Amino acid sequence: MERTSVRNHRRGTAWRLRSALLLAAFVLGMAALAAGCGEETATTTSGASTTVSGATMSSVSKSDLLLASTTSTQDSGLFDVLIPAFEAAYPQYLVKVTAVGSGEALKLGENKDADVLLVHSPAAEKTFMDDGFGIERKDVMYNDFIIVGPASDPAGMEGMTKATEAFAKLAEGAALFFSRGDNSGTNAKELAVWKAANIEPSGEWYQETGQGMGETLRVTSEKLGYTLSDRATYLSSKGSLELDIMVEDDPVLYNQYGVIVVAGAKNEQGAKDFLTWITSAEGQDVIGTFGVDTFGEALFIPNAE
Amino acid sequence: MQLIWDSIVEALRLLFTLDGYVVSVLLLSLRTSTIAVLFGMVLGIPLGSWLGLARFRGRGVVAAFVNTGLALPPVVVGLLVYMLLSRRGPLGFLEWLFTVPAMIIAQTIISMPIIAAITMAAFGSVPREVRTQALGLGASRWQTYLMLMREARVSLVAAVVTGFGAAISEVGAVMIVGGNIATTKSNVTRVMTTAIVQETRQGDFAKAMAFGLVLLFVAFIVMLILTRVQQGARGRWLQS
Repeated sequence: MERTSVRNHRRGTAWRLRSALLLAAFVLGMAALAAGCGEETATTTSGASTTVSGATMSSVSKSDLLLASTTSTQDSGLFDVLIPAFEAAYPQYLVKVTAVGSGEALKLGENKDADVLLVHSPAAEKTFMDDGFGIERKDVMYNDFIIVGPASDPAGMEGMTKATEAFAKLAEGAALFFSRGDNSGTNAKELAVWKAANIEPSGEWYQETGQGMGETLRVTSEKLGYTLSDRATYLSSKGSLELDIMVEDDPVLYNQYGVIVVAGAKNEQGAKDFLTWITSAEGQDVIGTFGVDTFGEALFIPNAE
Repeated sequence: MQLIWDSIVEALRLLFTLDGYVVSVLLLSLRTSTIAVLFGMVLGIPLGSWLGLARFRGRGVVAAFVNTGLALPPVVVGLLVYMLLSRRGPLGFLEWLFTVPAMIIAQTIISMPIIAAITMAAFGSVPREVRTQALGLGASRWQTYLMLMREARVSLVAAVVTGFGAAISEVGAVMIVGGNIATTKSNVTRVMTTAIVQETRQGDFAKAMAFGLVLLFVAFIVMLILTRVQQGARGRWLQS
């Protein structure tokens, strides 16, 4: 056992110096991290002020615009072109996108947790507007839903043109069907088709993922099942899936998107500006050209009036 | 505040009336994590005890690997298991992706290093004299091993309990390889953690809170056991 005096000497200057250096390094490291996190917002404002001299926007700091939208618009990659285009036209906004199902997006609007909504659940949107949660709503674009399934087609819906027929075949239970099960616009459309076919889907073959379109497509592909998907997400994920289009172009599968300005939104002006831009010729053009290069066709068709 | 209170009240009601959906999710969570921990023990305890006792040249390196397993991000485990089990992956023929076996595999890989690392520390801290004494008194290697296990038993309990806690509270890996799937009547791969994500997203806070309360309860039990183990250990060393 070391004598106490020897032990205490070891805890003298050398030890104290080492600890002080370590502590200093730690504090510096934390400060660097914190500075790095703050840097992102700092450079956008300072950058604007150094490159644009004399212009009014040099002293503008960006305000947040909260956009609640659906997983289908996110998963298809549309926002990767749409948002930068909007922010270029309106540099005073920093758009923050939350991609959830239409049902949840509308809920966010109700609670004023979002400023502007871009959803595709017409019936629910009408209720939202009737209840006074939105100030203004406009049609923006549409695409369509498709029924996809494995190439081997275990349910035997080859050649069918009506969605209700295909769903009736699925109800026989020969194959798995995956529902979003998450109150999304796609889910709402799926349930509407079941209703139109007069079927109450239940049984081991009818499974719900409770997640977004991208994930649901992945599960469907792995498990050799069928699902209802919007064309955009399907096309953009096609490379990593083993699913083919089974039924398409049935009028009941038409999918309309709407933009809504939330009543009492925190950034009401930003929401209004977004609605104006996305229904303008410029915004509609961005939508109409998205996907043409990569997939040979537009993923969404602009139809604002 | 009202929202939190209302959710808790409704959650307790769901739990105490044994709501079918809630119970099925709960049971699946317990089932997968228990099986995973059992596998984790079968793999982790022998590995940990061997590393704790053996003395060979590469021991430090191997031990470092095991300890790295403690810091392994669970979601990375999920990614790797997904890529292995996917139809395009090497084990795709098993068709285990988005099934319970996939979740058990992921949770086993997550809990095994934890169990091994704690077991390694436990066996390593049993005084060498105990082992040499036993061998000297004529005990066989197997008898010695069992006796060492008895000596380290409280730490082994801690290892298993910690491993279980890690397995049952994992979200990312289980969501990736399990898929959170349920039918309208039964559960396929939906566990408490993935259900909380879904129910929160859909605004059904009562259900989310019900699962949350159960997980908090499990965490509490784990902490209780670990604290007992810690106090017990302290008590033993004080006596000696």
